[in-house]
Amino acid sequence: MLIFLARRALLAMLVTLTVLTVSFMLTRLTGDLAIAIAGPQASQADVEIIRKAYGLDRPLLVQFVNWVTDAATGDLGRSFFYQEDVTKLISARLPVTLTLGLTGLSIAILTAIPLGIIAAMREGTLLDRGIMTIAVIGQAMPSFWLGLTLVIIFGLKLQWFPISGVETWQGFVLPGIVLAFSAIPALMRLTRSGMVDALASDYIRTARAKGLSRAAIVLKHALRNAAMPVVAISAVQLGFMLSGSIVIETVFSLHGVGYLGWEAIGKNDFPVVQSVVLFLATVFVVLTLLADLMNAALDPRLRTQ
Amino acid sequence: MSAALLEVEGLRVGFGNGTQAVRGISIAVARGETHCLVGESGCGKSVTSLAVMNLLARGAVRTAEGIRFEGREIAGLSEREMGKLRGDAMAMIFQEPMTSLNPAYTIGSQMAEVYVRHRGGSKAAALDRAAHLLGRVGITAPGMRLAQYPHQLSGGLRQRVMIAMALMCDPKLLIADEPTTALDVTVQAQILRLLQELQQELGLAILLITHDLGIVARMAHRVSVMYAGRVVESGPAAELFGRPTHPYTHGLLACVPVPGKIARGEPLGSIPGTVPKIGPGYSGCAFRERCAQAMPACGAGDVPGREAGPEHRYECHLGADWTARLATGAAA
Ligand SMILES: Nc1ncnc2c1ncn2[C@@H]1O[C@H](COP(=O)(O)OP(=O)(O)O)[C@@H](O)[C@H]1O
Ligand code: SF4
Ligand SMILES: [Mg+2]
Repeated sequence: MLIFLARRALLAMLVTLTVLTVSFMLTRLTGDLAIAIAGPQASQADVEIIRKAYGLDRPLLVQFVNWVTDAATGDLGRSFFYQEDVTKLISARLPVTLTLGLTGLSIAILTAIPLGIIAAMREGTLLDRGIMTIAVIGQAMPSFWLGLTLVIIFGLKLQWFPISGVETWQGFVLPGIVLAFSAIPALMRLTRSGMVDALASDYIRTARAKGLSRAAIVLKHALRNAAMPVVAISAVQLGFMLSGSIVIETVFSLHGVGYLGWEAIGKNDFPVVQSVVLFLATVFVVLTLLADLMNAALDPRLRTQ
Repeated sequence: MSAALLEVEGLRVGFGNGTQAVRGISIAVARGETHCLVGESGCGKSVTSLAVMNLLARGAVRTAEGIRFEGREIAGLSEREMGKLRGDAMAMIFQEPMTSLNPAYTIGSQMAEVYVRHRGGSKAAALDRAAHLLGRVGITAPGMRLAQYPHQLSGGLRQRVMIAMALMCDPKLLIADEPTTALDVTVQAQILRLLQELQQELGLAILLITHDLGIVARMAHRVSVMYAGRVVESGPAAELFGRPTHPYTHGLLACVPVPGKIARGEPLGSIPGTVPKIGPGYSGCAFRERCAQAMPACGAGDVPGREAGPEHRYECHLGADWTARLATGAAA
């Protein structure tokens, strides 16, 4: 168990380091940062001043090591545009993004798992096929299109929910649904296939031979085993949702981390872009670790070997 | 004569793909006796046992003139009513000890839940009983085993756990579908001895399904020989081993006629050929392609049932002159 965790943690660190390198390289490869920051009207002298001020005159390796060590201590540098610490900028917007992500994941789980279970229990019937068809349609739907459709119907026509901003909890409903839609098909499919396998297994035959109730057979014995891959994918899906929030936050003008990143790209605000990428990568890594831990809690074979 | 504990009459099971797995069989298991259902792989033994418990896969169609347990008709019971019998008065163990326990729960939790389900009470009381039964089936350190997961146990131990779990509610009938087939020979012998002991101690009736004649010779009070969905011969073990009459049974036992001298693990397939697949509208004797005695009458229509001795029945066109020939040894 400890070895298992140590291995996972080491892997997580390697992934983070790789992402750091890539996001650093990407911002440097797009051209001379000093010229970009100084703007088209700047003179050669201005550019040189900026280059010195931002430390861009130092060798790349030194810049990289500085950035990584600073990032490790929580210092992500200053935004070129807001003249504020990036750490502050991100942490101020974090609650919106996290609430959005968790709302999306909750909606996705509460929809996908029951539907997946029902489809598996009615495998091969019309109900099963109906549910899976909806999954395919859901997967094919671009989230900006779904977002705009929901805004038009529920925001503008019916006026049930606000179309932008998150002054009240209602503001999270529509973007939450849109985010959830991106995860529902995968989660539903996985729940269904896991449940189909579990329900056909020998231990379910044993559970039935013991005269257990239908609820105990399906929810205790089958779902517990079908849940393991679902947990792993849920974590990854939450990661996708948080990165997908760049689109959603823009459509619904929610001022979260995604919106910040989108703005920063438009404004050549490299420290922010770099940090948002780093933030999303870290979230991915943390979620994957969390999924491993939860799977270890669910599967005794992982815990005791 | 008092009625048997389990009486199955005219049981038929068909599958969606047209396979007629069980074609009108009758079996009676008396209280406290071991009834062996024997036959080659694919004869419909497992389907029969699952049909009795009403555990058949979806898509299976079961009909019966009657399935009576303790004199009560159970063929028409709802899933809910049937659930009250399963795991309580009638328990079942399976051929696959490695996969029959849920990998996600401890042995103790899986054993306790069946007791709490049928008898109620606290989980602690159920765990006490579980520990006692684990000890009874020969598992050392039962207290520690309760906290273990299936993957930490060998196949033989898992089958012992399955047996102990089946005994949690003091069943009257234990259906054991090839309980030792997946185990190695020494463990097989231990499990069979255990079943015999438990039967004597608890007065358990056992419907033991096997393809192994050695196991039949060792365990059975009564035997039903199954072939392609029919019981072709049945009777008390001594009768059946002493005077195997159906050409199929006769063929199986011809080389080793003395009970107790049969090498265990001897396959039943010593007769050339394989069990035919039976579809709808099949007629005639299903054994005819492999039968040295086959005659034109065997090709179509019903096969008559006959008496070969006290409570000893077989199903064949061969009559009195055949049994007379068998008695003089001329048929060998
Ligand atoms: N779920 C099923 N669907 C279709 N056919 C089945 C199913 N289960 C068993 N059968 C068929 O029924 C016949 C009897 O099978 P079974 O009872 O398992 O034989 P055995 O005597 O070896 O236990 C076989 O021909 C098998 O292919
Ligand atoms: S009925 Fe005919 S084919 Fe079938 S066992 Fe008897 S003699 Fe052989
Ligand atoms: Mg079988």
